[in-house]
Amino acid sequence: MMRDAPISDRVVVYERPQALADIHTHYCPGCTHGISHRLVAEAIDELGLNDRAIIVASVGCSVFSYNYFDIDACEAAHGRAPAMATGLKRVSPDRLVFTYQGDGDLASIGTAEIIHAAARGEPVTAVFVNNAIYGMTGGQMAPTSLPGQKTTSSPFGRSTDIAGFPIRMSEVLAELDGSAYIVRRSLHNVKEIRRAKKAIKTAFKVQMAGLGFSMVELLSTCPTNWGMSASDALTWVADTMVPYYPLGDYRVIDAVKDL
Amino acid sequence: MEMLKGNVAIAEAAIRVGLEAYFGYPITPQTELLEHLSRRMVELDRPFVQAESEVAAINMVYGAACAGVRVMTSSSSPGISLMQEGLSYIAGSDIPCVLVDIMRGGPGLGNILPSQGDYFQITRSAGHGDYRPIVLAPASVQEAIDFTVLAFDLAEKYRHLVIVAADGQIGQMMEPAELPAMRPLRTARPDWALTGKAGREKNVITSIYLKGEEMEAYNQRVQARIATIRTAEQRWVETDTEDADLLVIGFGTAGRVAYSAVEEARAKGLNVGLLRPQSLFPFPTERIAELAQQVSGILVVEMNAGQMLEDVRLAVGTSAPVDFYGRMGGMVPMPDEILTAIEDVYPVAIR
Amino acid sequence: MVKGTITIDQDRCKGCELCTGVCPKDVLVMDNDTLNAKGYHPALLQDPDELCTGCAQCAVICPDVCITVYRDPIPAR
Repeated sequence: MMRDAPISDRVVVYERPQALADIHTHYCPGCTHGISHRLVAEAIDELGLNDRAIIVASVGCSVFSYNYFDIDACEAAHGRAPAMATGLKRVSPDRLVFTYQGDGDLASIGTAEIIHAAARGEPVTAVFVNNAIYGMTGGQMAPTSLPGQKTTSSPFGRSTDIAGFPIRMSEVLAELDGSAYIVRRSLHNVKEIRRAKKAIKTAFKVQMAGLGFSMVELLSTCPTNWGMSASDALTWVADTMVPYYPLGDYRVIDAVKDL
Repeated sequence: MEMLKGNVAIAEAAIRVGLEAYFGYPITPQTELLEHLSRRMVELDRPFVQAESEVAAINMVYGAACAGVRVMTSSSSPGISLMQEGLSYIAGSDIPCVLVDIMRGGPGLGNILPSQGDYFQITRSAGHGDYRPIVLAPASVQEAIDFTVLAFDLAEKYRHLVIVAADGQIGQMMEPAELPAMRPLRTARPDWALTGKAGREKNVITSIYLKGEEMEAYNQRVQARIATIRTAEQRWVETDTEDADLLVIGFGTAGRVAYSAVEEARAKGLNVGLLRPQSLFPFPTERIAELAQQVSGILVVEMNAGQMLEDVRLAVGTSAPVDFYGRMGGMVPMPDEILTAIEDVYPVAIR
Repeated sequence: MVKGTITIDQDRCKGCELCTGVCPKDVLVMDNDTLNAKGYHPALLQDPDELCTGCAQCAVICPDVCITVYRDPIPAR
């Protein structure tokens, strides 16, 4: 065994994926956006789609995601990424077109767009970051905020009398026949992050095989606006979010299994 | 020549000029345009989507336009209101785009009658922010065809938003017209287009400029382009203006009805001329200012409360009195109403 | 035993400490003697006994792609 072989002789087993631009992100310390960005980039690298990938960035903390990927990119209006992706994909059928959206973008203002993209079976992929809050605007309640969750716009805790109930988007989209692959994963520990990576890669394969609409919902953290440390935030996802948003495969059509 | 319905003529003209993708939503009095394309685009294996809303439709257009293809949408007044944000994003990223607006009575749900009540909405900006789209106003089915073709060419020439602003009458009526020959679809995509970064650095299309200096610099580039458009792309038609003492100005259907009134006035020995702007932006300001020196009065005729009226006043200044005759709510003026208005304002000294 | 190590781009680190919580060998600490350009105490590998196996758990959980993971080449049998 080469005990203390110099670094240069050692084998790199894990490094920044090519599809991820080599720049620092603006995300807060411990924010899992950085993880989901890397997983998407790893999937693009492993599928060799770097030269054919187009990201449709949305409006939210990830609004600068077009800077953080080394692929063609555009920026959609708040909530409209699935529509923009539809237009892009319809005229670029052999490209990988995916949206990267937060819960405010996808589950609030953009509900119609995501539902109809799925209903039409658009062969695009939505990477859906659910962190139960509006991050960029400073911590307001989102449609995915949990009952009782305190935010800057639900200071007494989300009251279901006033603000109704959180929306489980994976379950909603799983009902639509145009959906081919709808799963919910989480980023709250290493095992789940690895499973999330696999799901994103599968979703991209589903798209490139033209099997229909795919979405990977990723339970994510917002340490800053949750007012927690990065590790406590991961725990909160596991202990509080997962019970309300069970992880699992919500719609996987047969053809996906043969990929 | 064939008998063509305005909406259908516009749709087929777009097909002929090489429309590569269409995204729209049903709304009277525009819907036949979408229906025609729902058949023809599919026949020609070109992407067609009836979106879930006008909001979605314009963002699908934005997406396809980012891929560098020739794309269009169409709607009517309320739908155009829904598209404003998307239009502003298109305006904010130098994206060529053609939008057809078959205007109807408003505000609010209004009705499905022809109207010009959206003049301000479509000539002053594209949604929020500083911007002036090119606006072409046909007054016949033939012009609707010609301006649709022109719209695509101008959109790509300037990477600008071009609006073909007709109304319910032009969209719904049928009259003989000539369609252009079928142009072959373009194959190459512009180098700025999003096609995947094979063999090049990545392309990014966004309308974000967080730094004020950069946003202002972008706006200055757009305003410079608009200044060029202002001088290069003015279009209008004049009738009997050489010896006119009274100049009537009207666009689209109002201009067409005014033409009949001007003819009747001439028959009665009144020296009346007509200027019909074909481009609402860039507005034919200089020519109107010039004519204002020669005539003793100007009568603006519109199907709204007086909106182009303001552009005329800006052009004329104090050179001549500017009067107005308008109908609102989807009412279309009859020639005799305009003739009466002409006689009311006709410079008394000459009579 | 597979031998491995990591490098940490301390300038990218935002001091979120997530990596220190997942290292099976507990060889990752926060470098309280250093402040990086962002003003954070970056993570630091303290592995005098070469316990790191290059499992990459730290790199997987790092939100800022600070960690590159190496393993000793396994000699061909």
